[in-house]
Amino acid sequence: MEMVWAFLTVFTQPQLLLLVGIGTFAGVYIGAIPGLSVTMAVSILVSFTFSWDVYPAISLMVGIFMGGVYGGSRTAILLNIPGAPSAIATALDGYPMAQRGEAGQAIGMTTVMSFFGGFVGIAVLAAAAPFVSDFALKFQPRDYMLLAVLGILLVGSLSTGSLAKGIFAGALGLAIGAVGRDPLTFTQRFTFDITLLQGGISFIAVMIGMFGVSEALLQLHHLKAKPIRQKVGRIIPSWGVIRRYLPLSLQTSTIGVVIGALPGTGGDIAALMAYDHAKRITKNPERPFGEGAIEGLVAPETANNAAVGGAFIPMMTLGIPGDAVTAIMIGALFIHGLNPGPMLMVDRPEMFWFIVGALVMANCFMLLFGLTGIRLFTKIVETPRSVLIPLILLLSIVGAYGVNNSITDVYWMLGFGILGYFMRLYGYPLGPVILGVILSRLLDENWRRAIISEREDLGRFFEGIVTSPLSLCLFLAVIFIFVSQTPVGGWLKRRLDRTPDKETRP
Amino acid sequence: MKLPEDHDAHEGRSDATPGGISGARRPGEAIFAVLLLGASLFLLWSAYGISGFTALSGAGAVPMATTAIMVITSAIVLIKTLRLPRALGQRIARDILPPVVIVLVLMLVGYGILLKPLGFLPTSALFLVAAIKILGQRSWAFTIAVSFFSLVLIWVVFRIVFTVLMPPGIFPEAEIVQFLRDLFSGRGA
Repeated sequence: MEMVWAFLTVFTQPQLLLLVGIGTFAGVYIGAIPGLSVTMAVSILVSFTFSWDVYPAISLMVGIFMGGVYGGSRTAILLNIPGAPSAIATALDGYPMAQRGEAGQAIGMTTVMSFFGGFVGIAVLAAAAPFVSDFALKFQPRDYMLLAVLGILLVGSLSTGSLAKGIFAGALGLAIGAVGRDPLTFTQRFTFDITLLQGGISFIAVMIGMFGVSEALLQLHHLKAKPIRQKVGRIIPSWGVIRRYLPLSLQTSTIGVVIGALPGTGGDIAALMAYDHAKRITKNPERPFGEGAIEGLVAPETANNAAVGGAFIPMMTLGIPGDAVTAIMIGALFIHGLNPGPMLMVDRPEMFWFIVGALVMANCFMLLFGLTGIRLFTKIVETPRSVLIPLILLLSIVGAYGVNNSITDVYWMLGFGILGYFMRLYGYPLGPVILGVILSRLLDENWRRAIISEREDLGRFFEGIVTSPLSLCLFLAVIFIFVSQTPVGGWLKRRLDRTPDKETRP
Repeated sequence: MKLPEDHDAHEGRSDATPGGISGARRPGEAIFAVLLLGASLFLLWSAYGISGFTALSGAGAVPMATTAIMVITSAIVLIKTLRLPRALGQRIARDILPPVVIVLVLMLVGYGILLKPLGFLPTSALFLVAAIKILGQRSWAFTIAVSFFSLVLIWVVFRIVFTVLMPPGIFPEAEIVQFLRDLFSGRGA
């Protein structure tokens, strides 16, 4: 019964309802404006909602998350510029549809499908999280450590870039997270006897720098990009069309939830994998993929919104972020004195059900805002970058300064912004860095607990891994990802099937 | 997985598509890789200094492991990068570090220096006007109007809704907030 009340919190308190609504609305537009990403918005918001109560703060962030993942699709369709990373695959077939004058139909379809995918994700979250968290109570420290390693490895390996760069980024994040006094022994780590470093580097400064400043600086390359206008016709799709794509959307939603629920991987990767899947299973599309196939819209849009619910599963039950945004949300919950992990579900189950309720509400708002307000939308998206970029930079500064009222944090933000800028240019993923910063403490503490309980004996530690089915699975998964992505794996594969390496693309 | 070659495919918009050019070395990429390797080596040395090889559960164990991984992976990246051919038609001043990026970074540094003595509102106004003028090259009237309007909006939203406190500096911010409060409470009564 309490659970139902907690679930209904959002619906019964007008203030929270309003915040979810505002959040979703803002999210749709933030997602839609190229150069503003959800990750950026949520990381700046963490510091702004710092003085708020936890419920309103979470309501706003949940709304922005849900709206933003959807919002990117609009610019992808209308301008061929994915407004958010999760909409990259949407542009592949959405823009060709718009070019044929079917922009309205494409927008309507993505909205309804995002709504559908969103619900699948939330349903799975509500159904699975309590079980996962029960199960997670049995986790040993070494399992947490392995999960953290797995999460960081997964982001690196599922992307199109190089695994070495992904792992480097993850390790860099772990090192950044270790700066300051060690919480167990109070030893100084990476402080170089500088007083300012003893408290560690503010993770908010790192996040805003990596996702806000670096993105804004990169956008400076495209100052001269001209907005393109499209005619938008009828938006609301007919029931018949929706029904035709339901089987596909169920499959791609499932892909979305699973990818979202894997630690570290989020909507952007889920959308690309779902697109691939749709391409493989659709035998006779009405139009070829890449030229305006509706399947090519349905798949990524259901998957990326389903991944939102999925990403909350490891975040709420294990304290391990499902993607970059949930990594930032974990930080937000920490700030508000909550400790995401299996004990959260035991101590504060109402928090979980409240989030589920907020997600449901955000999803409904998304449908509402998605099917209306196109005219306002085209105006806002045409905001010139020459105005937008200075504003993003100003907001980033306010966000970085606001948490600790410290100028040092502003310089950290700037430093990490410049680092992130070059990392993006040279193909280093940024997600693993944030994941590393957030997971640093969890990984460190659990490793030490695990090895102390084995009396500092590596042999016994591995014996423990091999004898526990869960640890063994996680360990094998880590090994598998590692081997399959490195030259060792390639060599093994070539040995097995004796085919020439196809990776020699120009 | 094949990805669309859109106009900013080289720029790392997300974790799924981290940017860079596959199969070619962009200008400055090798230098960046060398810098990362150098930084990793320095951090590894520093991590060794935390607790050395005394105990597997020591404060320095995980930092040493992570920095060792950083050294190994950045070395691999460096070797791979050096083997690649140069990317064709890429210039550092256009594709990597256009002057406008340097200008904006310097302006941000300036912002940090001026924020405390001058205060949030004057510094932000200067920053916005200068940045929008440099980037947009529009008329002064447009630039100042847009800067002023957005600054007031930001200030109202963040000072009043989010209650973020920024350094007041030379501007009588608190007096204005108090004045507004009096005004509204006066009306309400």
